[in-house]
Amino acid sequence: MTSTRSATLFAFALLAPALIYITVIVAYPLVDTIILSFTNAALRPTYDFVGWANYQRIFTAGNFTEVIIRTLIWTFFSVSIKMIIGMFGAVLLNAAVPGQTVFRILTMPPWIVPMAIGIYMWAWMYNGQFGMISGLLQNFGLTNGPVAFLAYGNTAFWATIITDVWIGVPMVTIYFLASMQSIPKDLHEAAWTDGAGRFYRWRRITLPLMLPAIITMSLLSLIATFNSFDIIYILTNGGPSGQTTTMIIDTYKTAMGSRKYGEGAARAVVICIFVSIFCLVYFRAVRKLSQGEAK
Amino acid sequence: MSDVARTTEIAAVDSPAIVKPKARRRTARAMIDRYQWYEVAAIYLGIAVFLFFVLAPFIEGFLVSLKPLAQLFSTPYSFIPKNGSFDAYFNMWTSVPMLGMHIFNSFFISSVVTLIVVVIVVPAAYAFARFNFAGAGMLLGLFLAVNMFSGAVLLIPLFRLMRAMGLLNTYFAMIVPGAAFLIPSSIWLLRTYMLRIPRELDEAAWVDGASRLYTLRRVILPLAMPGIVVVAIMTFIGAYAQQFIFALTFNSKTEFMPLPVGLFAFFGKQEVQWNELMAASFVGILPVMIVIIFLQRYLVAGLTAGAVKQ
Repeated sequence: MTSTRSATLFAFALLAPALIYITVIVAYPLVDTIILSFTNAALRPTYDFVGWANYQRIFTAGNFTEVIIRTLIWTFFSVSIKMIIGMFGAVLLNAAVPGQTVFRILTMPPWIVPMAIGIYMWAWMYNGQFGMISGLLQNFGLTNGPVAFLAYGNTAFWATIITDVWIGVPMVTIYFLASMQSIPKDLHEAAWTDGAGRFYRWRRITLPLMLPAIITMSLLSLIATFNSFDIIYILTNGGPSGQTTTMIIDTYKTAMGSRKYGEGAARAVVICIFVSIFCLVYFRAVRKLSQGEAK
Repeated sequence: MSDVARTTEIAAVDSPAIVKPKARRRTARAMIDRYQWYEVAAIYLGIAVFLFFVLAPFIEGFLVSLKPLAQLFSTPYSFIPKNGSFDAYFNMWTSVPMLGMHIFNSFFISSVVTLIVVVIVVPAAYAFARFNFAGAGMLLGLFLAVNMFSGAVLLIPLFRLMRAMGLLNTYFAMIVPGAAFLIPSSIWLLRTYMLRIPRELDEAAWVDGASRLYTLRRVILPLAMPGIVVVAIMTFIGAYAQQFIFALTFNSKTEFMPLPVGLFAFFGKQEVQWNELMAASFVGILPVMIVIIFLQRYLVAGLTAGAVKQ
């Protein structure tokens, strides 16, 4: 069977550049993170192995568990709101009204523009004294004075979530829209003939048939949101008094701010464990869904 | 009696005029999409609210770029600029002396990333699409898993790696890690596309005595071109939209900074010149936005296939 062997060799030759690239730039750093997490590496060139000391420290001293819980809550709300608004947008963009194509194009900018630049715009909108949101609320008499959204823990928490939702919504909307349009039209026509209303058809036909798409998108979005860095870093840098500090921001500050590479690596490893769990759930879900499709 | 005849007979009984099945379906489709006036109004209202959420920062950003600083920092708030001007669009070039360079850098970094990704991904996707070698499924899964880790998590070792390779403070410090995290999703996307090219074409070329490499170059590559274009566009946008953290941490030279990081310096100042910041943002993103409008069809295709189904 020389032909299959040469085929395998050829396949690996084709794969080699990708494999080498990913090994050097992703796999090696991943291993290095794990190794570093057991050391006291800092700015100085040498370091010693310290066993589980870093892990002990982050879980006993400080507020690491609090950060984890905050990150999970932040992610949960952000993903849920993205899914709801994305579905809302997809249903509307799917309606057969003139202007469909233009509306679809107008949905995309937040996704295409460099994230940081969109975030700068939000930073201004959240400005308490002169920003748009606070200004409009005052003009309509909804608040008595200016609201500095990014200055208080509670509002800053929601402000960062809303900005994250804003960046994620275009992708969710377009994906849901595509999934909606792949539903055979006959089903809707049959239900329509039987006198089913629009909402009933959405609930009984569209929603169940879109379930795989919704699950896939939720999990992908969960992983992306969990890793979200730019928004919080630019808007609040984790403040005020750490109330928007998520795990990524926390790790960045430990490693790049205080230059505690060892401890930062330990925090990064905890993030990796969470991501791996999400990943496994995603893989299982995708496998289950594709099996269901085959039946 | 054939089926067609029976259908026509039933149709004849059903409706006074004989309607062909296809035509009847078309009428049903048209009627199912017919809305009452209040439904149309509700749809447009909903779309308006939705698009306002999506576009509000851009609208506000543009209006801010027209307002003089004195008006920006005054209360009460007014949405519409009074005696607005395009001054900020002229002054920004002196406030950010390297603005032109930053715009170019953004474009340059994304283009090189795209080039690297396409060159690496085309053979890899072909390997996954056509050869059932041992461990193919596992490797594919591993590639997908890479997608799930963000560069932010691996920042410490990446920083050390870039330092060891002597890449810190060069274009490559932003290009090399940027490309790595875009390779896996591109492999998936292109593989899905290549799976749809009939295997018979490869086999025919094989029978005619073509080598494997020749088959890839002369048979698969031309047919996969639309897929490769989608991958290139998605990669470019990924590289363009996400350039921040690597540029922030691995490069400190102003002349290499891409637009987002170049403008980030604005934030360090005591009094942020918001009107110029917004003006610079708009000018910086304009070229790409115009291109994107023409390519939106590819974007939808890429996005849909990108969220892996198989």
